[in-house]
Amino acid sequence: MKIPKFTYHRPTTEEDALAMLTEFGEDAKVLAGGQSLIPLMALRLSQPVHLIDVGGLRELAEIREQSGTIGIGAAVRQVEVERSGVVARAAPLAAAAMPHIGHRAIRNQGTACGSLAHADPAAELPAVALASDASFVVRRAGGERTVPAADFFLGYLTCDVGPDELLVEWRLPRSPSTAGWSVQEVSRRHGDFALLGMAAMIDTDADGRISAAALSLFGAASTPIRVHAAEKLLTGEPPSAALFDEAAEVVKGQIDPPGDLHGTVAYRKHLGAVLTKRCLGEAAGRLGAAA
Amino acid sequence: MSGDMCQVSCRVNGEERSLAVESRRTLAEVLREDLGLTGTHLACEHGVCGACTVSVDGAAARSCLMLAVQADGRAIETVESLGTEEALHPIQQAMWDEHGFQCAFCAPGFLMTVYCLLRENPAPTPEEIRAELSGNLCRCTGYTSILAGVQAVLSGGDAADA
Repeated sequence: MKIPKFTYHRPTTEEDALAMLTEFGEDAKVLAGGQSLIPLMALRLSQPVHLIDVGGLRELAEIREQSGTIGIGAAVRQVEVERSGVVARAAPLAAAAMPHIGHRAIRNQGTACGSLAHADPAAELPAVALASDASFVVRRAGGERTVPAADFFLGYLTCDVGPDELLVEWRLPRSPSTAGWSVQEVSRRHGDFALLGMAAMIDTDADGRISAAALSLFGAASTPIRVHAAEKLLTGEPPSAALFDEAAEVVKGQIDPPGDLHGTVAYRKHLGAVLTKRCLGEAAGRLGAAA
Repeated sequence: MSGDMCQVSCRVNGEERSLAVESRRTLAEVLREDLGLTGTHLACEHGVCGACTVSVDGAAARSCLMLAVQADGRAIETVESLGTEEALHPIQQAMWDEHGFQCAFCAPGFLMTVYCLLRENPAPTPEEIRAELSGNLCRCTGYTSILAGVQAVLSGGDAADA
């Protein structure tokens, strides 16, 4: 396997990188950790003419704690997110997802933003972003916009970042200290892409009733998806095993996952119910645990 | 025919190296073909099997998923840094004692993964060992003997002089 030819660029500032993206546009790909892009290039599914390496840009290598949000820069490695005390406290759902991503050697190199921009529907982080109502800061030379997660994932391996743009930051809202969270998946081998997975968060009000619920599935469609019907069912009710069973049936009925030799459609729908129960059970047990 | 050439300076097994490489070549290719360090094995070449695992700045990395240009300024360690035929590294000796490998094509990747794991976490639990080694494929042993090898490293300093 030989990677196709390209011209390598190592910008020294973000401004440089944006100028290169303006110049090369469609012909360029951004390289950060390379753990998604290099395999695509090795398989010749991607053949960029120019590779712009932002992996060493210090200004993008920070996890920034702001008043209501946590910002994860484009060059922050997954292992840094996994070990960040800030993320564990303020965005525990994201922290819980990290050990599921690939294997240790992949997380040591791969970036969180790289995985998000790659937008693999079977990957964990896009579903976490969707469940957390996160947003994405996207820049081009002379302009910046912020895209909510619900609008960011457009299709299989496609997200709302234009050819002249760079995803500079993944912005996670600070999780309420009363909330509970869980990431569960079923895969053939630990670290493999999930046959189906779920990232879930619930919060309760002073009466102990569920005040907010987010159920976000990965591996179920061409993008991560929220199951709003099940979220609606949960909201306003006190958490209970019976309620979670009901939500599980709704999820199973709502999803239309793909089937392949690793798992049929029926098996994956069944997993939808199983994972809903596991996630809600674990999230309920963690209500208030991040306080 | 040479394409886009880049200058790369990095430390490989403790020695400063500086070389011109074509940008599209992976770290694994350059280690093997330019530096003659053929201990690093290439199998799947797209990040699935773990055979090409090396240490980059002390942390395990897939050398097939890293361009050699990305190694600029970093410290690389390969399986050649561990031991010699006369004096095996304790991890190699423990794997030998436990008959860890059969054909051993996967061995360099496992050895470097274990090496990086134990440097970071000298007393992993059996569950942690299984999770940390889950990214390396072996098609001979069924893994039991490899896990026994890691346990043998943990349970004795005597592995080195067996």
